[in-house]
Amino acid sequence: MTSRTKAVAVAGVLLGLALIAPFTDAFVILLITRALILAILAMSLDILLGFTGLPSLGQAAYLGIGAYLTAILATKFNFGLGWSFWVVVVLGILLAAATAAFFGLFAVRASGVYFLMITLALGQCVWGLAYRWNSMTGGDNGINLPGRPAFGIQLSSDVAYFYVVFGFFALSLLMLYVLVKSPFGRSLEGIREREVRMRTLGYNTWLHKYLAFIIAGGFGGLAGVLWAHANGHVSPEDVVLTTSVDALLMVVLGGPGTLVGGAIGAAAVLFLREYLSTLVAWWQYVLGAVYILTILYLPDGLMGVATRLRRSSIALGRPEDAKHPVIS
Amino acid sequence: MDWRFWLIQTFNGISYGALLFLLGSGLSLIFGVMRIVNLSHGSYFLLGGYVALSVILATGSWVLAIPIAALSIALVGLLMERLFLRRLGFDPLRQVLLTVGFAFLFQQAALDIWGGDNRDIVPPASLTQTAVVGGLHLPGYRVFMIAMAAAIGLILWLVMEHTRLGAAVRATVDDAQMARGVGIDTSRISMFIFALGAFLAGLGGVIGGGFLGVYPGLDFQILPIAFAVVIIGGMGSLGGAAIGSLLVGIADNFGKALFPEISYFTLYAPMALILAVRPTGLFGRE
Repeated sequence: MTSRTKAVAVAGVLLGLALIAPFTDAFVILLITRALILAILAMSLDILLGFTGLPSLGQAAYLGIGAYLTAILATKFNFGLGWSFWVVVVLGILLAAATAAFFGLFAVRASGVYFLMITLALGQCVWGLAYRWNSMTGGDNGINLPGRPAFGIQLSSDVAYFYVVFGFFALSLLMLYVLVKSPFGRSLEGIREREVRMRTLGYNTWLHKYLAFIIAGGFGGLAGVLWAHANGHVSPEDVVLTTSVDALLMVVLGGPGTLVGGAIGAAAVLFLREYLSTLVAWWQYVLGAVYILTILYLPDGLMGVATRLRRSSIALGRPEDAKHPVIS
Repeated sequence: MDWRFWLIQTFNGISYGALLFLLGSGLSLIFGVMRIVNLSHGSYFLLGGYVALSVILATGSWVLAIPIAALSIALVGLLMERLFLRRLGFDPLRQVLLTVGFAFLFQQAALDIWGGDNRDIVPPASLTQTAVVGGLHLPGYRVFMIAMAAAIGLILWLVMEHTRLGAAVRATVDDAQMARGVGIDTSRISMFIFALGAFLAGLGGVIGGGFLGVYPGLDFQILPIAFAVVIIGGMGSLGGAAIGSLLVGIADNFGKALFPEISYFTLYAPMALILAVRPTGLFGRE
């Protein structure tokens, strides 16, 4: 598949989603809305994990910052419930990016397992504040939002809010796609493959990684603002370690370094957590099994399966090619 | 706030630190020897408590519950290492996701077997009395936790420093490739260490069950704290784990007593700072 047909395929799926979603029931619309928001989070993490090779164990922190900012502004200052919603979106992105810029000073120096550990610690700092800073964050109970914004359009309608989120998702996908295809994005991939070589070639690899970290934080913040209004509630659960781990699974399950894979992974994980859990009591066995089987049998995620199938169909006449599936 | 406040809080901190040592020393050894980021470690702790509850229910013996729970969790760890983790090789991201997957399986299994209620492990009456020392009331169970951790720490230290096995483990921590080169079976060492780490976590779960209780969610609640212990002390070093757990235990207690609103922040911010400045931890082996 050329990149043009891929783009057409993605656009077609998105268009189909936008047309079909309003005709499903309220529960499904909200489910899709939430999946799209988590898809933004997963794609932000994919910039780090898939394209730069930095496995972050604290991406939920930026979701939390965007979400808590939205909730605190709405409840304490009555701000962000009209046209000012758009200001909150910008503020959420900026605050999360600024936090990432600060955290990045510590984290980006590290690599591999130390990067995992340090992002875990930084994420737990944010969680600790959310959980304990009662006067600001409501502690364990979290914060209930007064309602979704209204500016001519009532976003309290789930369909209207779906379209807002859909717009942000499509825009994020486009912007991140342009980013990873740009020379900057190519350099990130170079750093993922061989950082020493990129440094020898004269690239400031620290700065590249640092900028990627900030960009990922900013998109995480955007997801957070949308997340707060989707649920009408924020709580420390949004920032907890398992949320960060879920985000990692979304990327790895979908296929790291593909952007779209993260979105597919987000939909799959949310489906397990929010839909399967309403059907069966033992849904966590399925979730755990998905984690384990993905790691053992899907090194390139679901997107990798598609590539592998295509390769083996091309390579029917040349069996030796089929024996070498791509392993990154 | 007189001196009694400080003494009691320090004592409480040390006793909590003693519990954290049981949890953190295993995690630290596993990380030091195998470079595995084990996110199932909190589950071992929780399962240890649950197995002990079942043993107490069946036999009525708390003393018997301790070794049975710790050994069953060691077996769980051993199987996980042999059957799954071994296949991954050195890839921290995949280790994290695989061990989290197991943590979810364990969580669901615990819920199905032991239910969703908060449970308590009731230690024998002789341990729940209060000792009065110099006008300070010291709960007997906390004294017991400190003694237990000290004893375990001493045994671990003797094994690590004064036996052939310990020397082989230290060699594997320092340079696994060289260790293999001089004929140490590092694969067997890894298996032993992983089982030992799980054993210690399970043991901690039994002891902790009389102090924190046993309840769903404890696994992921205690896990990041265990990582703080390991990071602050330094990975793969027993002394580091001891000092790390004391620091975290005391910091946690004073944090909650003095500035409760930022108490977790004061725990994890130093962890991030230490990682940034000195990734091997305060007392880690270089």
